[in-house]
Amino acid sequence: MLSEAKSRSAGKIKFGVITFPGSNTDYDSYYALSEVLGNKVEQIWHKDRDLKNSDVIVLPGGFSYGDYLRTGAIARFSPIMESVIEFADKGGIVIGICNGFQILLEAGLLPGVMLRNESLKFICKDAYLSVQTRNNIFTKNIEKDVIKIPMKHGEGNYFADEETLKELEKNDQIVFKYSSKEGNTGQAFNANGSQQNIAGITNKKKNILGMMPHPENACDPVLRKTDGSFIFRSVVQSLLN
Amino acid sequence: MYKATVIIKRRPKILDPQGKAVEQGAKLLGFNNVDHTRIGKYIEFNVNTNDQNLAEKEVKEYCEKLLANPIMEDFEYSLEKV
Repeated sequence: MLSEAKSRSAGKIKFGVITFPGSNTDYDSYYALSEVLGNKVEQIWHKDRDLKNSDVIVLPGGFSYGDYLRTGAIARFSPIMESVIEFADKGGIVIGICNGFQILLEAGLLPGVMLRNESLKFICKDAYLSVQTRNNIFTKNIEKDVIKIPMKHGEGNYFADEETLKELEKNDQIVFKYSSKEGNTGQAFNANGSQQNIAGITNKKKNILGMMPHPENACDPVLRKTDGSFIFRSVVQSLLN
Repeated sequence: MYKATVIIKRRPKILDPQGKAVEQGAKLLGFNNVDHTRIGKYIEFNVNTNDQNLAEKEVKEYCEKLLANPIMEDFEYSLEKV
């Protein structure tokens, strides 16, 4: 199924993966998107300003600038972020994963902030995510209701004020919630204390996705988990149609 | 020149897991009267101008744009001529 998707969409959509000082899943993203899923991928340095005609920009995970001050707070002012913000404002597709999500929050491209996990522990495990909506290109073509994606973070405890949470719900911006294998989104399955079990959201226009778990680490079949590929394939299919 | 000191505090309604954890340590040490531990940040830097208005303006902007995140933090600052 994967190889079929690879050949059908091969090389038609170009992803741009940005590397900040301290990024550590930039190469994982590059590998998954190019080697595993067969897309064109550009690697982009944070000091550059050129997005190299990418159709989709990926802000990867890691610990940009050592997470100093607040996660994502300094990376948000990298030269490349000016181009990313301009690209996003024009409707360009942006995916922020883990630290990339934190950077999008700091840049104000997505609402809210990340607090330290309620348990104060760095959590590294496979998380089940209940797909809350398909009203966006990131999940539009995902058939499963629950996907299994690894999470690995210390500060993924999503917080927003009540008004913002209401807006998110009203506009169908909550994309993924931590859940049980069966899709139960009760508090018992809240991985890190996030409000409403939130694991991923989009902006109002739905061209920007931020998510804490790592879909790029669940693409290669050799890892025996491939649900992450559904998200990238959904984007590629949506852009090609 | 001015020396600026900035204190950044987490808003009262926002959970502070770090403060909570440190307080657990306090209880273990027997500090039973300790309550509501909250952890913030203390930042100091120089502002190279003798114009107090300009110095205040820069410090405020620095806090608003980078040092504090207004969604979860409040800041206060003081300036001292050096």
